[in-house]
Amino acid sequence: MNEIEQHLPALQVVVPMLSAAVVMLLKPRGLAWAASTAVSLFAFAIAISMTLVTLDGGTLQYFMGGWQAPYGIELRVDALSTLMLLVVTGASSVALVAGSHSIDSQIEVERQPLFYAAWLLVLAGLCGILVSADAFNIFVFMEVSSLASYVLIAGGPDRRALPSVFKYLVMGTVGATFYLIGIGLIYLMTGTLNLADLESRIHEVSDLRPVLIAAGFITIGLALKGAVFPLHMWLPNAYTFAPNIVTVFLAACATKVAIYVLLRFDFFVLQSNLAGHDLQFGYFLMPLAILGILIASVTAMFESNLKRLLAWSSVAQIGYIILGASLVTEAGLTASFVHIFNHALAKGALFLTLAGIGFSLSRMTIDSVAGIASRMPWTMGAFLVGGASLVGIPGTAGFISKWYLISAVASEGGIGILLIATILISSLMAAVYIWRVIESAYFGTLSNDSSQLREAPLPLLLGAWTAALANIYFGLSPDVPLDLAQAAANILLGNL
Amino acid sequence: MELFGLYHYWVFAMLLMIGFYALITKLNLIKKLLGLSIFQAAVFLLYITMGKIEGGTAPIFLEGIGEQLYSNPLPQVLILTAIVVGISTTALGLGIVVRIKEEYDTVEEHQIQEIDLL
Repeated sequence: MNEIEQHLPALQVVVPMLSAAVVMLLKPRGLAWAASTAVSLFAFAIAISMTLVTLDGGTLQYFMGGWQAPYGIELRVDALSTLMLLVVTGASSVALVAGSHSIDSQIEVERQPLFYAAWLLVLAGLCGILVSADAFNIFVFMEVSSLASYVLIAGGPDRRALPSVFKYLVMGTVGATFYLIGIGLIYLMTGTLNLADLESRIHEVSDLRPVLIAAGFITIGLALKGAVFPLHMWLPNAYTFAPNIVTVFLAACATKVAIYVLLRFDFFVLQSNLAGHDLQFGYFLMPLAILGILIASVTAMFESNLKRLLAWSSVAQIGYIILGASLVTEAGLTASFVHIFNHALAKGALFLTLAGIGFSLSRMTIDSVAGIASRMPWTMGAFLVGGASLVGIPGTAGFISKWYLISAVASEGGIGILLIATILISSLMAAVYIWRVIESAYFGTLSNDSSQLREAPLPLLLGAWTAALANIYFGLSPDVPLDLAQAAANILLGNL
Repeated sequence: MELFGLYHYWVFAMLLMIGFYALITKLNLIKKLLGLSIFQAAVFLLYITMGKIEGGTAPIFLEGIGEQLYSNPLPQVLILTAIVVGISTTALGLGIVVRIKEEYDTVEEHQIQEIDLL
């Protein structure tokens, strides 16, 4: 066991990446799906077994090719990485297991092997970012996952997917290039790319201008990738026009991985070394987080397309994650990480039910779902649970992260009252926009041509309910994500 | 002249801004991609020039030749990877533009927006 265990960080990336090439060749119907689902579940199993190590406070290290850090490329898996790996591989697995029918209906059969290959490349790229401890390696994996996700989104059935994905491509590349400039400048000053090595060396040059500019470039570039308000303009359309199952996967994890890199860089590498960095970071991001939460929630309230409504809600949720981090306290960071986990659960459940509704309705708007709950009670039931979790009803996962966020901001004194008000108001707005959907679906009158309406296919229904029940389970016993988030916050603040 | 002694940084900054300007202001999608390529090429230059030392040679150790001044090869290796990433991005972007042209029969951003509003 131990022999294999030490190779787990590398296998996490290598398995999906190599199998992407194989999956591309699997032409017979269904085979590509089966293979990529198996790979995704295997990656999920690796993530779980690494989580068992990090829950005990352990860290997995792996030196690629046997070259020691800082000269070789180091893979390092700690509590923060495993928390994110669980989200990424879990979202990919649930979406693939549940989604074969949905993908069949939206992607032509002969293109499916390529679609699944791109999916596995996204998975490999995202896992690569999370296990890497090397700044340049993170850039490469970021581009692997981004390029593959552009391909996935461009597979959407609506032609408007194409201009949206072009916008995403341009903005995503600018973000990644900004990050590249940032690490270039830091490399220029320190001569190293290994994150831990950077952390110990950067204080020698920390008051020099290139390092400060690099910090700015890295923060802005990753904020662009992570769709932090007001750099979120690519997100709503990209999520709306992507194939339904792709939205499930990407909404649950793609932006959050960019935010993970942002937090790891700003806290782990820069925080302890740059004078006043905590204040700069907090004062820069906190107003953006508040504006993002409020404006995106208001936009979601007036949106009628269901996928875009949830996409705007995602922008608001990213605001919560940034808000917690911008407090620069252990409680705030813990709340952020728990929210990354819980929001993935809630949005995963919601987008899976939308994929289910998408079988019966080609246009998913507030008006067109009127009365459908009577024809598909199970599908809408999962939506109800996911929505409750998004709003933060007690007993669901969403409540846990809101509770931790509010207790984190409550200890901030004067500004804390303003922040609590922001969180409460936006939770009310979330209740409004979720309620508009529920009201239409449960109390609206069914339109005349409703013969097409039926429950989502069984795998999709099971997937949606798995995610919905996970929301309730982690709402009642949140120990695992909380422990991981706590440990992750301590790692970033240097307390471990 | 200290100001021009670091001229490669000026080249980097100017190329970066030219590319960024094209990216933001041009409505033609292909011109936008051109801007993106210039933008990325500027960063490649930043990396490549930082490893160069005046009089430095390739870092190859040969018998009989003593210690030599050599340029840092790592930035060049790094940027080789980044160039591949940049080419893939441009190729994918052009591929999407071809598909946009097929679907919308135009590559002008404002015309695409007008068509979508209809």
